Amino acid sequence: MAEYKWPAPAERTLIGKRFSRVDGPAKASGRAKYSYDYNPKGLLFGKVLRCPYAHARVTSIDTSAAERMPGVKAVQVVQKAGTEILWQGDDIVAVAAVDEPTAEDAIRAIQVKYEVLPHNISDAEPPPGAGEGPPGPMSEDDLDDALSNQVPEAQVISRLQKDGVAFQVTDDMVKELKGYGVPDTVINALKAAPYHPEAANQQRPPYQKMAAQTQGDPDKGFSSAEVVSEGVYGASVITHCCLETHGSAAEWPSSDHLFVHCSTQGVSGLPGQYAQALNIPAGNVRAHQDNVGGGFGSKFSPDRWGIATAQLSKSAGGKPVRYMLERDSELMTGGSRPSAFARVKVGAKRDGTVVAWESNSWGTGGPAGAGSPPIPYVFEIPNQRKQHTAVRTNQGPARAWRAPNHPQAAVITMCALDDLAHKLNMDPLEFFTKNLDIAGPRAPIYKEEFPIAADLMGWKQKWHPRGDKSDGPVKRGVGLSMHTWGGRGHAGDCMLTIHPDGSVDIKLGTQDLGTGTRTAILIVAGDSLGIPMNAISLNIGDTMYPPDGGSGGSTTIGGVSSSTRRASLMALDQLFAKVAPTLGAQPGDLEARDGTVRVKSDHSKALSWKQACAKLGAMPVSVTGKNPGPGNLINSGVGGVQMADVSVDTETGIVKVNKMVAVQDCGLIINLKLAESQCYGALIMGISYALYEEKILDPVTGRMLNPNMEFYRLAGLRDIPELVVHMMTDPLNDNRGVIGLGEPPVVSPGAAISNAVANAIGVRVPFIPLTPDRVLAALEQQQKAGA
Amino acid sequence: MADDHEKSPSGVSRREFLKISGIAATVPLVVPQVVEAAGEKVPVHGPGKVPMSFTINGKRYNAQLEPRVTLLDALRDSFDLTGAKRVCDRAECGACTVLLNNKPVYACTVLAIEAQHQPITTIESLSAGGKLHPIQTAFVEHDGQQCGFCTPGFVMACKAFLDKYPHPTAEQIRYHLNGNLCRCGTYKGIREVVAQMSGTKGA
Repeated sequence: MAEYKWPAPAERTLIGKRFSRVDGPAKASGRAKYSYDYNPKGLLFGKVLRCPYAHARVTSIDTSAAERMPGVKAVQVVQKAGTEILWQGDDIVAVAAVDEPTAEDAIRAIQVKYEVLPHNISDAEPPPGAGEGPPGPMSEDDLDDALSNQVPEAQVISRLQKDGVAFQVTDDMVKELKGYGVPDTVINALKAAPYHPEAANQQRPPYQKMAAQTQGDPDKGFSSAEVVSEGVYGASVITHCCLETHGSAAEWPSSDHLFVHCSTQGVSGLPGQYAQALNIPAGNVRAHQDNVGGGFGSKFSPDRWGIATAQLSKSAGGKPVRYMLERDSELMTGGSRPSAFARVKVGAKRDGTVVAWESNSWGTGGPAGAGSPPIPYVFEIPNQRKQHTAVRTNQGPARAWRAPNHPQAAVITMCALDDLAHKLNMDPLEFFTKNLDIAGPRAPIYKEEFPIAADLMGWKQKWHPRGDKSDGPVKRGVGLSMHTWGGRGHAGDCMLTIHPDGSVDIKLGTQDLGTGTRTAILIVAGDSLGIPMNAISLNIGDTMYPPDGGSGGSTTIGGVSSSTRRASLMALDQLFAKVAPTLGAQPGDLEARDGTVRVKSDHSKALSWKQACAKLGAMPVSVTGKNPGPGNLINSGVGGVQMADVSVDTETGIVKVNKMVAVQDCGLIINLKLAESQCYGALIMGISYALYEEKILDPVTGRMLNPNMEFYRLAGLRDIPELVVHMMTDPLNDNRGVIGLGEPPVVSPGAAISNAVANAIGVRVPFIPLTPDRVLAALEQQQKAGA
Repeated sequence: MADDHEKSPSGVSRREFLKISGIAATVPLVVPQVVEAAGEKVPVHGPGKVPMSFTINGKRYNAQLEPRVTLLDALRDSFDLTGAKRVCDRAECGACTVLLNNKPVYACTVLAIEAQHQPITTIESLSAGGKLHPIQTAFVEHDGQQCGFCTPGFVMACKAFLDKYPHPTAEQIRYHLNGNLCRCGTYKGIREVVAQMSGTKGA
């Protein structure tokens, strides 16, 4: 039996080295196909009529004119008359036509009438006392929100027992929750919760104050504090802005078999969702995806428009129908990151030891409110009191956005701590380092990372007390932040087959988001089998292959690398058993290295890989490696530190980043080159949300004002400074096994850049993005305060 | 409705020519209406489908398209040249960049009817025959791509830029390559591509 572990560093031939992505040539040449590129003969084009109001009730729908139009092949009402619509851009009617212009004409020919209802899009600070009334029965949204936002189990159970639920608890729902790993205690409480059907249609107040959470003795903590800093911090709602918009192409090869090309982060998870909505067995749904043009947490579901696309295809006799969101729809409805703001009070001893934290936070995740960000972030401050108020708004629904809740928590915590360091007259590097003993289980990693980051940034030379005193309007400063993330590999199966002719193929129902998943699988298999990566044929992105988890939460690399490693070792076990007699050795004495199968102690006793595989006879070896499985191949919990160097023009309010440094741990690294790429990409995405990105809604109409890529601004090449990435590859990191990397490096840029701006101009700009108007307003306030 | 997806990539052979004529015969040939505008006689096309002809990557392509169809949609939907992507659909992001008369344009904001009779170069031509263009190889080596959706547009923008500025200054790189947007954050790799191809230090 194989021992399931990673090869020792010196024995690795591919793992941990630098490889270009294997699908790079296909992407660079434009040959790589996305769901949006699926273009079969006879393709019909979908379009969706969307609600122009932030809050309305559909009163009537007349599709007759559209149905009569030549070239229109199907019309599908998505949300029928009587439905309450909670955000602008929600789907009302979908059509399919022979070409896109005809589909657009058909949409224009549809008459929908609405009763416009009052909307609330403001996530400004709730008025005192808001949301303190009894919360009433839990809605499904409330429950989702509580479960996905670290609300303590006991709190959820007591709420269910006391307030009951406003929805019927079904077996399917219970099954789904179990699938997500919701504990039995919560599920039992849910099943036993009193059902209040009358509450389902009640208008809910916009504010919901959650129970205060207390640790230690906050009052005593603050009375022992010698320096206390108070401030307000936060991050606005932003969108995912995937370049390939959400959408799919659907066709029915027979009346009860659906085939979809869907832009998704979770291929294996799609059939169940389609099956439920369309009332067909999940086994009759095939989903396929070669490449996806970005997801960032927003693409796990077929969504209303995807189900409608499948329905349109069915109505059109099974012909393929493709519908991808238009750019404005993508920004309005394709997902947004919840806002989070907080009034924070934090206290320390004169020597810098942090002793107490108090925060009142709020934020919106759209119609479902939003959970509390995990504050104070990273630091386990001994005495703390915190309370969160969820704000329900008619902004579009929130979706997981790369490292859900962490970037907001980092801004709130790391900026509050930076302000405290300023009040203590301490260099933040010294202050943060001093408090690492309460930085949780990753403290030893941060202790290694801070000096490396400081060295790469030139922190000692660049840091100065708050407020650049040099002449001229442009001020320069530096700031830092730190972050953590879980990233344990998800469940998944890897099927690996060694054929008697020496060829090897691997099948997994996973997906490559551009993170390098394909490349990582081939590196692990090639290293394990002792053959080159290009000798292995890899198949992913289809429900015909063994299931693999969705690519979210930095769980893919741990999932696929461990299942592939196990599959490779299992297959070698079987191969060695067949080959051993020929080499006059025991199977346990063999190894697969350098394209041979050989005796470990005597390399002259060897067969080429091809000769060895020929010993299999007629039948191939086919095995399925699983995660979780035997051996400790993966782990959870990483630490990272980032520093930013910025210039701020105090006359225009424009912030320019001069340099960023990221020092990041992610356990054992499979591909150093693409691991670094993840960090570079995260820094760039971070600069983008720190300085430019914001979903702006008009308070009067409730509509999004910037649903395009001109005014919903992404960072461009011109905005990107010198970037330095240092991956931690010490035994301390490597010994822990593989841990995910997608989320962590995107957490800190907002906080690090905000702190650098404060260091440059001498005043805190409370909220990100740090737009010129916010920078100038902060400077003006500072001037007034000084005058 | 006539078949809207008839693909006629080449008008060279007689057989193809007859096929095209056949299609045209089934749709009543629309003679452009002539109106007077600003004292001049101007032919008006549409609003129905009109025959159009393109020279793309050195080959002739014909189709019946409405005058409102963009060059990008014609390339993708009628000729299955799907390398250029529709992302912003209003000349903000560059994912649809192709060369028209050897100049980079946003294909989402060029009408197909106006792109006739001028050479059009798409990403597909750069690695015709399966061999990557050196710029494409550099994109792979410097990992100037992640999800890859902006990549074809960026490759075309880089090619046009380097053709015009073989030895660009850092400021030229920052200015001229700011018309393409990437969401995954691959600009660092792309800067290295330009630096390598031009033998300069980069932006």
